[in-house]
Amino acid sequence: MESEAKKLDSKQLLGKLQVQYYTELAMARKKGRKVCWASSIVPQEFLEAMDVAVCYPENHSAAIAAKKGAMPFIEHAEAMGYSNDICSYARINLAYADIMKSDIVYIPRPDFVVCINNICGVLVKWYENLAKFFNVPYILIDVPYNYEYEVTQERVDYIKEQFKDFIVQLEKICGKPFDYDKFDKVMAISNRTARAWKKAMSYAAQKPSPMDGFNMFNYMSMMVCLRGKESSAELYERIAEEMEENIREQKSQFPGKQKYRIMWDGIACWPYLSHNYKTLLQNGIVIAGSTYPKAWALEYGENSMDDLARTYAGIGNNCCIQRQAEGRADIHKECQVDGVIYHINRSCKIMDFMQPEMRRKIYDMNQIPYISFDGDQSDPKNFSKAQFETRIQGLVENMEERRKEKEVAE
Amino acid sequence: MSEIREIIDRMNWNITHISETIQKKKENGQKIIGVLPIYAPEELIHAAGMFPVGCWGGSTPISKAAKYFPAFACSIMQAVMEYAEGGAYKELDGFVVSTPCDTLKCVSQDLMTACPGKDVICITYPQNNKPEHAVRFTMTELYKVKAKLEKVCGHKIEDKDISRSIEIYNENRLAMQEFYRITDENPGVIGAKDRHIVAKSSYFMDKEEHTTLVKALNDMLRQAEPTNWTGKKIVLAGIIAEPNEVLDILDEMHLAVVADELAHENRQFRTLVPQGIDQLERLARQYQNMEACSVIYDPEKKRCQLIADLAKNHHADGVIYCQMKFCDPEEFDYPFVKKACEEAEIPLLNLEVDQLTETAGQARTRIQAFAEMLDM
Repeated sequence: MESEAKKLDSKQLLGKLQVQYYTELAMARKKGRKVCWASSIVPQEFLEAMDVAVCYPENHSAAIAAKKGAMPFIEHAEAMGYSNDICSYARINLAYADIMKSDIVYIPRPDFVVCINNICGVLVKWYENLAKFFNVPYILIDVPYNYEYEVTQERVDYIKEQFKDFIVQLEKICGKPFDYDKFDKVMAISNRTARAWKKAMSYAAQKPSPMDGFNMFNYMSMMVCLRGKESSAELYERIAEEMEENIREQKSQFPGKQKYRIMWDGIACWPYLSHNYKTLLQNGIVIAGSTYPKAWALEYGENSMDDLARTYAGIGNNCCIQRQAEGRADIHKECQVDGVIYHINRSCKIMDFMQPEMRRKIYDMNQIPYISFDGDQSDPKNFSKAQFETRIQGLVENMEERRKEKEVAE
Repeated sequence: MSEIREIIDRMNWNITHISETIQKKKENGQKIIGVLPIYAPEELIHAAGMFPVGCWGGSTPISKAAKYFPAFACSIMQAVMEYAEGGAYKELDGFVVSTPCDTLKCVSQDLMTACPGKDVICITYPQNNKPEHAVRFTMTELYKVKAKLEKVCGHKIEDKDISRSIEIYNENRLAMQEFYRITDENPGVIGAKDRHIVAKSSYFMDKEEHTTLVKALNDMLRQAEPTNWTGKKIVLAGIIAEPNEVLDILDEMHLAVVADELAHENRQFRTLVPQGIDQLERLARQYQNMEACSVIYDPEKKRCQLIADLAKNHHADGVIYCQMKFCDPEEFDYPFVKKACEEAEIPLLNLEVDQLTETAGQARTRIQAFAEMLDM
């Protein structure tokens, strides 16, 4: 693997890993492996230790949407009785569960489902419906909302007890004792992947950026699906090498002139990825900052269940507004952004309903101009190209104005 | 009948004159705590000698809330933020906010800006509510709420006072359970809107007084002549059955509510606080015992079956699912509610509601069509 990987560039390697991942999922049951469906930032360490084949519905829905295949599923979900106001990832996935067929990407039916509610509460309901629909066991790891600044010890204790239950349930489902040795190894690999990811993504923050920050949306997929595998650590190490190379050769993945550096706040609009990208490119806007580099830098003490619990409980969406605002302001600073684009994602209430107040809080801290636009992570109906373009135009004007003001001041 | 009317009017007066009640209590030195949906340890507020008042939105046009929310937030929380931003909560000394859904998590944070200087006391109940470790976790949350309430009221909340408050609240729950039994056995003895007022008024008056009124009402209703109801009987499900205009339509169409599982009504009364030595543990165990609720982890989707079972057990002709627009937990349950009702051959109306009076017109057409269908 090591030598083969070296022959491929990161784009080829990513493509290869994606194909390999989905192929292995399709073959998993035949090879006697249990299949589970899990929410994106699940403590995969436990599942990996038990050689469970893990499908990630959020990733799957995004892949379907990016390949312009969402509408048949969205319509099917509506016919099943699901309101169009529900998260579109959930709608696509619940429809897929009923159809179990896709020309774009196939995932096999689950033997059980695992959910951790660290990015939203919607997941708890979504997985209830999956468990009931497939009539399979449901493991919920509940990480209570952190209205306090830190993840408190009481929360850590509660989560650790759930980890113990998780192990017991896994042993029952898989019919074998929990593999603690492998668990330790997976934790080590996951930490290596997290460090490699963090390092690779940190290049987007450099000025000028050797990376095209838009690529983070694609790079992220293997952080979701293969965090516990060495192959993904190698991918991110490869990306880092390429960025070093770009810096040496004064090159960038971004094909245009880097006039403005921005932070994209929120999930991508998968059905309009190329439109969004082109609009930014035309305006010389490079994504330099994102919440993703930190969100996926899931590092923890390898022998500490406390640390593991705290890491999975402390995901941005699960934190109080002050911590979220400060975290974003830090990103703005580190990445030297000129502006911020906030995605008002029709699917994501937890992000949207704190966002207006958070925007004000952050603006009070750093006066960096921002715009917001209405979109959706995977429902193509909830986005307007014209609005997006106009807002980007407005942001460019604001960033230009602020630049001039700063020049005058200096 | 006029005595019944008198009690219900008095309950309704408490709902519509909440500002006066609060004013009077403040003059007497009592502190006021706003309590947001869905569940909260109200007993602790009561034990502290403070007055808990329900903050479940209301029928108000939305403009100021747009500072916090895009248009696709549920109308209860839109109204809460509208009131908060507009100063309607200025007399309150603080809030207790639980975070059972994503919208409430955000509200718990946005309220701090909208109501500066007021204590926003959060509590996160565990979703995984059955295991013992969840009980221990709930207790730690309750302990924090208690400490924060003590800061607001300025004195310690004694165990004996919590115990007394629990008894008062349990007595209220029992009186409400009895009320539901009596009215369900004699359909139409009380209209849909009046039935709602009886439950709703519990959020706007002293618990002891509410219990006294409900008990008096129960005595009268018990003695009422059988209605020999010829209209249809329905079950209401959902978060809340408002605005009142929707309930007026039910009355007009001779649809008697024989049971409900509304979060705003029956879900508040159906689980007693169990006996025990540690008072906070008792409150935690009540939460442990709760189930079949859209905002508590329900892997078997018991709630969906419960709705169909309620209709069967109460010999209802149909179910109206009051779908609070933009409420995720309820929207996710709907397909399974539909399935359970279809299997039980119970007609089901998915009625999208918000708290605005203006939308009642659309509800009329849909309820009318449903009532006609039940008649066929």
